[in-house]
Amino acid sequence: MARNKEKLVLLLDVGPSMHGVLSEVEKLCSMLVEKKLIFSKYDELGVVVFGTEESNNDLTTEVGGYQNITVLQDIKVVDGDLVDTLQKLPRGTVDGDFLDAIVVGMDMLIKKYKDLHKGKKRLCLITNAIHPIKDPFEGSKEDQVMTIAEQMAAQGMKIESIVVRGRFSRDANKGVMDENDHLLSIFSKKTHTRTVYVDTPTSLLGALKTRRVTPVTVFRGHLELSPQMKIKVWVYKKTQEEKFPTLKKYSEKAPASNKLATHQVKVSYEYKSVDGSSNSVIPPEQRIKGYRYGPQVVPISTAEWDAVKFKPEKGIKVLGFTDASKIKRHCYMKDVYLFIAEPGNTRATLAVSAIARAMKEMNAVAILRCVWRQGQQNVVVGVLTPNISQNDKIPDSFYFNVLPFAEDVREYQFPSFNSFPASWQPNDQQQKAADELVQMLDLAPSGKEALLPEFTPNPVLERFYRHLELKAKQPDAAVPPLDETLKKIIEPDPELVAENKSVFDALHRHFELKQNPKLKKSSRQWYQEKQSGSNAHVSGGQAVNSIENQPPVKIEKIGDLTPVQDFEAMMSQRDNPEWVEKAIKELREKILALLIHPDGEDKYQKAVECVAALRKGCIIEQEPGPYNDLMHRIRQYCEEKGIKSLPQLLASRDLTLISKSEAEDSNVTAEEARSFFVKMEPKPDV
Amino acid sequence: MDLDPEDVFKDEEDDLDNEFFQQSESSKEYVVYLVDASPKMFNTTCAGNDQKDETHFHTAVSCVAGSLKTQIISRSYDEVAICFFNTREKKNLQDLNGVFVFNVAEREHLDRPTARLIKEFDCIEESFMREIGSQYGIVPGSRENSLYNALWVAQALLRKGSIKTADKRILLFTNEDDPFGSLQDAAKKDMTRTTLQRAKDAQDLGISIELLPLSRPDSEFNVSTFYADLIGLDGEDLAQFMPSASQKLEDMKDQLRKRMFTKRVVRRIEFQIANRLSIELNTYALIRPTVPGAITWLDSVTNHPLKTERSLICEDTGALIQEPPKLFQPYRNENVKFLPEEIAEIKRISPGKLRLLGFKPLSCLKDYYNLRPSTFVYPSDQVKFSSNDTEVCFLNFFASSLLLILYTFIF
Repeated sequence: MARNKEKLVLLLDVGPSMHGVLSEVEKLCSMLVEKKLIFSKYDELGVVVFGTEESNNDLTTEVGGYQNITVLQDIKVVDGDLVDTLQKLPRGTVDGDFLDAIVVGMDMLIKKYKDLHKGKKRLCLITNAIHPIKDPFEGSKEDQVMTIAEQMAAQGMKIESIVVRGRFSRDANKGVMDENDHLLSIFSKKTHTRTVYVDTPTSLLGALKTRRVTPVTVFRGHLELSPQMKIKVWVYKKTQEEKFPTLKKYSEKAPASNKLATHQVKVSYEYKSVDGSSNSVIPPEQRIKGYRYGPQVVPISTAEWDAVKFKPEKGIKVLGFTDASKIKRHCYMKDVYLFIAEPGNTRATLAVSAIARAMKEMNAVAILRCVWRQGQQNVVVGVLTPNISQNDKIPDSFYFNVLPFAEDVREYQFPSFNSFPASWQPNDQQQKAADELVQMLDLAPSGKEALLPEFTPNPVLERFYRHLELKAKQPDAAVPPLDETLKKIIEPDPELVAENKSVFDALHRHFELKQNPKLKKSSRQWYQEKQSGSNAHVSGGQAVNSIENQPPVKIEKIGDLTPVQDFEAMMSQRDNPEWVEKAIKELREKILALLIHPDGEDKYQKAVECVAALRKGCIIEQEPGPYNDLMHRIRQYCEEKGIKSLPQLLASRDLTLISKSEAEDSNVTAEEARSFFVKMEPKPDV
Repeated sequence: MDLDPEDVFKDEEDDLDNEFFQQSESSKEYVVYLVDASPKMFNTTCAGNDQKDETHFHTAVSCVAGSLKTQIISRSYDEVAICFFNTREKKNLQDLNGVFVFNVAEREHLDRPTARLIKEFDCIEESFMREIGSQYGIVPGSRENSLYNALWVAQALLRKGSIKTADKRILLFTNEDDPFGSLQDAAKKDMTRTTLQRAKDAQDLGISIELLPLSRPDSEFNVSTFYADLIGLDGEDLAQFMPSASQKLEDMKDQLRKRMFTKRVVRRIEFQIANRLSIELNTYALIRPTVPGAITWLDSVTNHPLKTERSLICEDTGALIQEPPKLFQPYRNENVKFLPEEIAEIKRISPGKLRLLGFKPLSCLKDYYNLRPSTFVYPSDQVKFSSNDTEVCFLNFFASSLLLILYTFIF
């Protein structure tokens, strides 16, 4: 492990123009350290911030200059304090000079490690690079950067630059940005560099690989085109899912006084006879694997397995080439491999490049048979696709995807959408609305792709590591809600949705979805749950004498005493769908009766309660009709009789029409619903 | 619907105890393979493997044998019966002429496939002529109707079990598209009517009758002559019913293999397009790695099955731990403890549904954005279809999102 220790210096721009994203920078950098604490806890790290009011670094004291750069943390082995430091970055007051910061970082690495640890030393610069760097005393800025880059290469240092742009730097000087971008690109010509541009807080979180994974070859050997023609290649994994960490089980049995307790839990498996006649444990060597064959089980010993095992020779052979369109994308089975020519082997590089380009030109892919290692018991057949490099320094390569065998494919037949009857087909307007949605909800407008997988962190993992850090400090901390920045990954961008509100409205207008009967059922369950849940809450009040405290009694009629409860009970009776209809009808009649014969001193109180219950029920059942009808009748009645208090009462409790947003079947807009009772005053007779 | 986001696309692959092919008892099928054994099945040949001509009977029997071999491994709870019709001998519970139910010892007529059934069925052709024999069952001047009898026998075999717990199917192999063609008008009409009624009765009982037709080299199997009515095809279905001119054994095997895979929904999931607009989708695992079946540990001395007992032991004290233990992650020189529920809470970042985030051109979907096999989605029955094109786009989008970073795009 120690061999691979990484020495990293973070160079963070904290100048005023960066303040908007600093909280994301804090999250990103502390995540980096948090993961190092788990996965590579011997790594060493230093932190430099630039753009600060003060200056505090070796160079400024030794040679002068290098103003506004503060070494926040000298290089040291990662620890918890570093996390804390990075979570509270200072807010700077001046526009920093990133080149000075790079020199300070290099100086720290050189002083600490001399020229040891080549290739393990790394600088990581996070800046928006929108402010000009200082002119050098002699020569041009370019020359200066060139010199620094050469020195960096000689010392075996790498640099990674994350440039925060996009809407954070809208009003920045384009000329300065271009100059800075050019200067940064010089590094990539001279040294090992990675420069990424990010334009959203979300992609900033994904911009830095917070966990270092040493690449391991899956295969080194020949890519065999024919027995006479072989190319030396190395194969790596290109993508691999990062799994949620497997947590160990914790035992609390050891007494607190035992300081050496490991608290580990051992999981032991014992095998016992199923018939239970003897309770004795069967030792592992006495066990044998049985394979089901119909009702029978066939025991096959390991020795027998070994005898029949398929033991192919290690090697990769090209079976042939085919047109790229013949290989369907959905057939890709697993994570992806990368084939590169053996590093340093010019002939192999040339050969790989030639074949890749030929394949690209002819739109062809190769089918390969792969046995990665000796002793592998299966053969992988897959498709090799060319990856033509866009960068002069990187040679062409291939991607390899595993394809399924016949046994892996299940050919279910599905009717094509085209073969459905015309009544199921979208009409022109629907088609147009849908087309518009696809057009407007473009995540990659003019080449700027949002949520680029490379820069999109897995929100679950992010959340876990953040919570881990929190819990280390507060053991009883509750899981906090998902971070706003991470929410952007799992929910549609609210800005994009707001911009395209008209498109969504059109979509709603043209696609009237029918409520799924299954969902209806669950709404009835909701009623039942609500009812049983409300048992606990009802105390005193008008409703005690309802069925609530009794065993479920079938309600077949809505009574005078507790109409609301009877209604709810009836709605939740699921044995016959007619109950719903009956319940709505009866409650409606009850309400009308209550209007004509107001009950007691609080007059319309009971009627209003019933209206409220009916409204809720009709929304849940998505049956706005009966309710809206009733409301019209009530309004008419009140207008005729000049009753003012009831409409006011209803309006004050928002008991207006059910609008389209509440029940799809309604033809009342939200606006109409809102003004339903308001309207009645100016024109007394409708 | 409160799903663990990780479970949304979790399927058999991740579930070690329940591989795809390891079906549970609850989804079993009862299948009767009904094979025409008329002389015509023996006289007609088609090109088989190695350019050798094979009889249609051989084709049908090989298919059934192949299917049994798959079934015994992948769907071993299925119960099957093999039944020939247009035979010389008869063997069936109703004692009907021209129908022979093939079976082996230690097995009911409709039962799970056994090794012995497969073994003996494999050599059925050697003994067929001697023991069962081939003979036209529908001849002019006779009231016998072997097809009617066959359907009746098959239906009787499928009487077992409730339609609620098992799917019941009759798979009919024949190369005769006009079984009553040799009869005169009145007799033909009458027999056709009774046979169709018999089939309808079976279908009313929930039994599906499926036809695997074999075409003769000179004339294609014409499904509309008679069988369309029997299996209930009309209009568009009829046009779509490709007899796929099963001239070759491989074609037929393919056909049968496709039929034997009943569609299985991995999960039903809500696809939210906009805040108030969502459709329900079924997800299907069309491509998944197949692994050898699950193993059962046996005692090598007695060959009796073993059960596994898992126990958690505290390494410090050696005490048994009963309650589900806390989990921990060493961090900053200490152990940070989590309750299992907390871990679940961390993973639950949103309700389990697909959420439309937006669209990207297909070119954004790089070849290396792949982690797992894809999942096919298809609207579940109850929804009204939205737009064709969009649907396709949605699917594309969906596929890309699935392939990109599993957790990132979906929910």
